[in-house]
Amino acid sequence: MSKKILAVDDSASIRQMVCFTLQKEGYEVIEASDGRDALSKIGASAVNMVITDLHMPNMNGIELIQALRANPSFKFTPIVMLTTESHQDKKDMGKQAGATGWIVKPFKPEQLIAVVKRLLG
Amino acid sequence: MDAPKQVYREEAFELLSDLEDALIELEQQPGDLDTVNRIFRAMHTIKGSGAMFGFDEIATFTHTIETVYDLIREGKLSVDEDLISLTLRSCDQIKAMLSASEGEVQADDALTLEISSAFKRLIPAEPDDAAQNARCGISEGGEEDIDEKVEATFRIRFRPHRELFQNGTNPVPLLNELRSLGHARIICHLKDIPDLHEIDPEACYTSWDIILTTDKEDNAIRDVFIFVEHVSDIEITLIDDSNGIEEEEYKKIGEILFDRGDISLSDLENILGRQKKIGEMLVESGKARRSEVKSALVEQEQVRELRKKRVAASVGEGASSIRVASHKLDSLVNLVGELVTVQARLSQLSAQRNDTDLTLVSEEVERLTAELRDNAMGMRMLPIGTIFAKFKRLVRDLSTELGKEVNFTTSGEETELDKTVIDKLGDPLVHLIRNSIDHGIESPDARKAAGKPAEGTIRLTAEHSGAHVLISVSDDGAGLDTEAIRSRAIEKGLISPDAAMSEKDLFELILTPGFSTAKSISKVSGRGVGMDVVTSSIESFGGTVEIASVRGRGTTITLKLPLTLAIIDGLLVTISDEFFVIPLNAVVECIELSDEDRRHTHGRNLARVREEIVPYIPLREAFALGGGKPSIEQVVVTEVGERRIGFVVDKVVGQHQTVIKNMGKFLRHVDGVSGATIMGDGTVALILDINKITQQSEYMEASMNAAGHHA
Repeated sequence: MSKKILAVDDSASIRQMVCFTLQKEGYEVIEASDGRDALSKIGASAVNMVITDLHMPNMNGIELIQALRANPSFKFTPIVMLTTESHQDKKDMGKQAGATGWIVKPFKPEQLIAVVKRLLG
Repeated sequence: MDAPKQVYREEAFELLSDLEDALIELEQQPGDLDTVNRIFRAMHTIKGSGAMFGFDEIATFTHTIETVYDLIREGKLSVDEDLISLTLRSCDQIKAMLSASEGEVQADDALTLEISSAFKRLIPAEPDDAAQNARCGISEGGEEDIDEKVEATFRIRFRPHRELFQNGTNPVPLLNELRSLGHARIICHLKDIPDLHEIDPEACYTSWDIILTTDKEDNAIRDVFIFVEHVSDIEITLIDDSNGIEEEEYKKIGEILFDRGDISLSDLENILGRQKKIGEMLVESGKARRSEVKSALVEQEQVRELRKKRVAASVGEGASSIRVASHKLDSLVNLVGELVTVQARLSQLSAQRNDTDLTLVSEEVERLTAELRDNAMGMRMLPIGTIFAKFKRLVRDLSTELGKEVNFTTSGEETELDKTVIDKLGDPLVHLIRNSIDHGIESPDARKAAGKPAEGTIRLTAEHSGAHVLISVSDDGAGLDTEAIRSRAIEKGLISPDAAMSEKDLFELILTPGFSTAKSISKVSGRGVGMDVVTSSIESFGGTVEIASVRGRGTTITLKLPLTLAIIDGLLVTISDEFFVIPLNAVVECIELSDEDRRHTHGRNLARVREEIVPYIPLREAFALGGGKPSIEQVVVTEVGERRIGFVVDKVVGQHQTVIKNMGKFLRHVDGVSGATIMGDGTVALILDINKITQQSEYMEASMNAAGHHA
């Protein structure tokens, strides 16, 4: 069965790119536009991985990661954050919250695939 | 224009209008940090996504502006009217660039430069650009060292902290990624696992030693661990590079353990006093764990092996390849084939005997045979480039003769194919290339008139696709003329004048015997032997021919060939005590067919497979085999071309390693059977040519329908 990945970003183009790239690799992708949307969609189905932006309206990425880690079903799910800033502090905040890995935007499709493969196997 | 790009553009336009609003707000309240942040974010997204979707110009342009707003955010620059109007101008410029990519008027490069440098002047002492494009844990491909790759061996000690799992890390993919870098041997240490009642099931107690021989740099290894750096101790040590030929003998086990700090020097000397196997003694005395010793042994072994290899290589460079007469290879493959057959017999016997010792041996033989088979088949593989070369000359000669200008390019020369396939491929390819030059590429004048460069291009490419190799010949010539094909086919009586046919079906007509649309018969092609020769020779070794063409743009003909011919994986089936093999690569699935299912379709040969109607061919009737059929039959659903066709059999036995034997002289031309194979117990099973069987039954169906009409 193909692995399911939840992609969370308020930018439609990033979502589309993530979606397009991962689907081509045979993953199933669910899209969400912010943290709150993600939590409502994730409730319905189990996912193998979450890719999330950090800056988002309603509920940002850090809060989303914290919420997921607090839920026993997602305690060990790999979470990748998309950091727009290459600044260390944002990355550290994400790590603190429980992110598994990160990708600095802008990124190329190959980089995305490499990270997903590294964490999902 | 692909979809993601389109979405990016729409989004960028949205962001820009939002940006303009924000700018005007900022003009009224120059100190409002929220608005500055909004502008920064918008610019940032435009830049970031721009780079991802290939709008590099926009990305570079916005980068400067973003830097300026970052400075404003940090309070290092202040907002004034000039800045706002400059930013508004840049918005217009970005819009122009976005439209330009849509094929509209080109954006004014000079203006881009002017605005960009105006922004740059605002930045005090430009920060390093490279630092901005920070790394993301994955180094970009293509930038790898161009120097000759040198192998080195590293010792990697990966000691995760207890909380490794807490952030969702799974160490297994990391170890697999290391494996993909080169030759890796991984030793797992379990010494820290506490007693059951003390175990925290969410904690990581394991650690690993990895001995990795790779041509990548140690940065690539560090890269693998970038996400776990903060939750584990990682130690990467270079233990051998390619320069150490002189000292062939690698360190002793004790030295390695001491080097790593697993034991102390006094431990080592103490132990060395008694002479036994050092590793054993260390374990016995409890100074080192068994897994530690094992890890050291692995390291020693790997480095020694590597050095030995290097010494061997430096002694005789020429020994890297030898020439062997091809018939010797053929007989090797034949012998392996026999061996596979005998092995199948052995497996069958051992399965009946229920003797563990025999089973053990039989399984070992099975494993070795499979390995031997792969090796022997591998030896027959040749890069297809060996035949590509000769076509260059052919193209040159032909194009001069026909007064056409042709540029010939090839790619995928390194694609490997079975020697037998390559041998049979020469003539069909010559034919295809001839066709392209003669029928495809127009004369230089005609090309110019059509707005194309006078020089035509023919591309010959080869690539792997699963168990197949795709070889295609494409030209940028006139393309196929469907009308000409249609009228020609009608003239030849191949189709009726009112036949409604899809473009694809029309293209396929040119593969039928005796078909040629060339207006005049030239010296090169159109001598009555046409594409049908190509088709039949490709099909003779299990390949297929596909045509794609756009009028005025060119034609591509693709040959889909099996990787190898001698041994295939097959699906063994039975029909009234006879065995048959269906090539496994064509099989999609197997379903049951009961009398009841049959009643539902009112006697028509159609099966329902998950809401899809699949026609099937009852092989018992096709081969006129007697015997009563079972109440529940099996349908093997296969993919023939692009369609699904089912074959009804009595029983599906299972997967079978099939050594293909040619049929004897008299039976060679029997349609529907492509060969035979000998099974473990000596019985012969026929290998079905599902393409042929499908064609035949379609033909029968058509003629029966025709007869029905006349009656």
